[in-house]
Amino acid sequence: MTTLQLQINGRAVSAAGDATVLEAIRSAGLQVPTLCHLDGLTPVGACRLCLVVIEGHPKLEPACVTAVADGMVVHTHTPELDTYRRMAVELFFAEGNHVCAVCVANGACELQAVAVEVGMDHSRFPYQYPRRQVDASHPLFSLDHHRCILCTRCVRVCDEIEAVHVWDVGYRGSSCSIIAGLDQPWGEVAACTNCGKCVDVCPTGALFRKEDGSGEKQPHPERAHQLVEARTEHHWHNQ
Amino acid sequence: MGVSWRCCDATACRAAGAAALRQRLEAEVGADRVKPVGCLRLCGMGPLAAADHADGSTELVAGVAGERRLDLAHPFFLLQRSVVLERCGLVNPDSIDDAIAQGAYAALDRCRQLAPQAVIEQVARSGLRGRGGAGYPTGRKWQLVAAQASPTRAVVCNADEGDPGAFMDRAVLEGDPHRLLEGMAIAAHAVGAAEAFIYVRAEYPLAIERLRTAIGAAEARGVLAGLPIQLRIGAGAYVCGEETALLHSIEGGRGTPRPRPPYPAVSGLWGLPTLINNVETFAAVPAILREGGDWYAAMGTATSKGTKVFALSGAIPHTGLIEVEMGTSLRTIVEAMGQSPPGQVKAVQTGGPSGGCVPAALLDTPVDYESLQSLGSIMGSGGMVVIDGAMAMPELARYFMRFCVDESCGKCLPCRAGTVQLAQLLDRFVERRATAADLVQLEQLCGMVKATSLCGLGQSAPNPVLSTLRFFRAEYEAAISAPVVP
Repeated sequence: MTTLQLQINGRAVSAAGDATVLEAIRSAGLQVPTLCHLDGLTPVGACRLCLVVIEGHPKLEPACVTAVADGMVVHTHTPELDTYRRMAVELFFAEGNHVCAVCVANGACELQAVAVEVGMDHSRFPYQYPRRQVDASHPLFSLDHHRCILCTRCVRVCDEIEAVHVWDVGYRGSSCSIIAGLDQPWGEVAACTNCGKCVDVCPTGALFRKEDGSGEKQPHPERAHQLVEARTEHHWHNQ
Repeated sequence: MGVSWRCCDATACRAAGAAALRQRLEAEVGADRVKPVGCLRLCGMGPLAAADHADGSTELVAGVAGERRLDLAHPFFLLQRSVVLERCGLVNPDSIDDAIAQGAYAALDRCRQLAPQAVIEQVARSGLRGRGGAGYPTGRKWQLVAAQASPTRAVVCNADEGDPGAFMDRAVLEGDPHRLLEGMAIAAHAVGAAEAFIYVRAEYPLAIERLRTAIGAAEARGVLAGLPIQLRIGAGAYVCGEETALLHSIEGGRGTPRPRPPYPAVSGLWGLPTLINNVETFAAVPAILREGGDWYAAMGTATSKGTKVFALSGAIPHTGLIEVEMGTSLRTIVEAMGQSPPGQVKAVQTGGPSGGCVPAALLDTPVDYESLQSLGSIMGSGGMVVIDGAMAMPELARYFMRFCVDESCGKCLPCRAGTVQLAQLLDRFVERRATAADLVQLEQLCGMVKATSLCGLGQSAPNPVLSTLRFFRAEYEAAISAPVVP
């Protein structure tokens, strides 16, 4: 594998020839916030938090789906990027009903962490207070649509790793929501294997185990990557 | 020899009573002397019928009883330069014999004698740019697809026209469907594609019906030389006009865009290198191959060659379909062709929800890709809506923003949630209860949605706001209810 040289925030960084800009940023010990991205799942470039400036590119580029190139000059934090990131987090908070104090993911929530990271303590955009549902039809888990940020990690983990495709996205625009089966109550979808991978990778309190109370959810987003790695490297066969 | 009639049988005239007009004419001169055709251009006056007299003269009449005689020497007709629409209004769209008799598939036959590279060379020489809006050089796109290593490639026609105020592609599909098939077959030959798809929205039932008939006839006649052309009917989502979303939809997936690169030219339909062009782009190709790229390049401006079809509508007496040379000024189109009295136009909206407004003071702007872009508008696919003084600009901006709210696919945050907030901010201006802070937030959020959205829908959604802010800022400021305290 070829190694490419690039510059990130003025620092010389080496990256594998097939790496993404996000991987290069992280391998250099630098940070850029993400919500829809999860190692092990196909990147979708939907949350737009990892947008970076690449010199010579007319537009901002999502680091998660942009391939590195030799000599690339990347900036992860400019005043413009910082402003847009903060606005993006404000929009996330304004479009759902994110009340941290009574959330199962309080303290372990990636949206909350990103808000702290970008310095957002309130949204300047009016809260939309959408009327959404809680789907508690599954015997083990629940889905609280109020806290869903449509990152589609659950959709992808179920499709790509569990290979079941219980989840998908239904409807359009601000009416978009995660749907189970053919837009059925989750508990009625016979295909669900109760594996809980969707709950493990959910960045917020949208998907949770029924026994979890406020602040008790323990997400395991790293498991998706571990599973992919284990399958690729045949860990089980080697035992 | 008596008179023979051509009756417009396209959607707009049908809605205005074309069937009654045709029945009347058939009763008068006999059914064999009345031919259904596509758009006769002056849609706002429909239903329309053209009388071809034995002496070679033509008359155009309008109204269910044919009660109005239209002046064919009017600039509306005289200033048209028909290339894409050269057979539209002349041929029976349901008759392949009629189309062939009037030249259809001749260019395809000739281009089969040419090496694919020679075909691409002619398209490149013509200077034709994508008529779907973005204006990417067509020859370069074809070259890119042809150069891919894959043994097979696909050709896709984007017929998902959905901009408010746009009906150019529908006119081509309803008036001369064989022209599109011929253009696509030429493209398939040029890029080495083994299959072709037309993606058209279900809101165009007549266009779909005519395409089905045309494809069936062309296959039965063998003129497509074995190229299978499949129709794919979209449920009607504006975002499906975005090329990657359109491809997902053809594949049977949810119509959502994905980040590019890879561009469809490299990895498109089912991973194949895919050539995707708009209806008007393909429809220009047969004429280019017939007359040569240089002939086409002689029309238009230095950077925008050839002709462009516009759907002219709004506050003007003459509304309909026009095809003019690139570089024609907006004033010529609106005042001469559209017959708007001088001084009555406030602005011209071009490019639909992705476009913007050109104010009356700049009506001398030539219509070409760069000139419109420099004013914060775009050519777009060719919708052109004339606005008069009765329309308040924040309200116009809100109309387009609400359209984007409804049509956002919801995949990326700035478009899904940002357009909602923008529409609500615009509510405050329309209802004249905005604050100075709202104006600041409106501009900031426009900038953020434009810079950070995933696809063209979101990236261009703020354009109607930004362009009206640029030229009609006073209207926004007048809507601020509480004056700023220094």
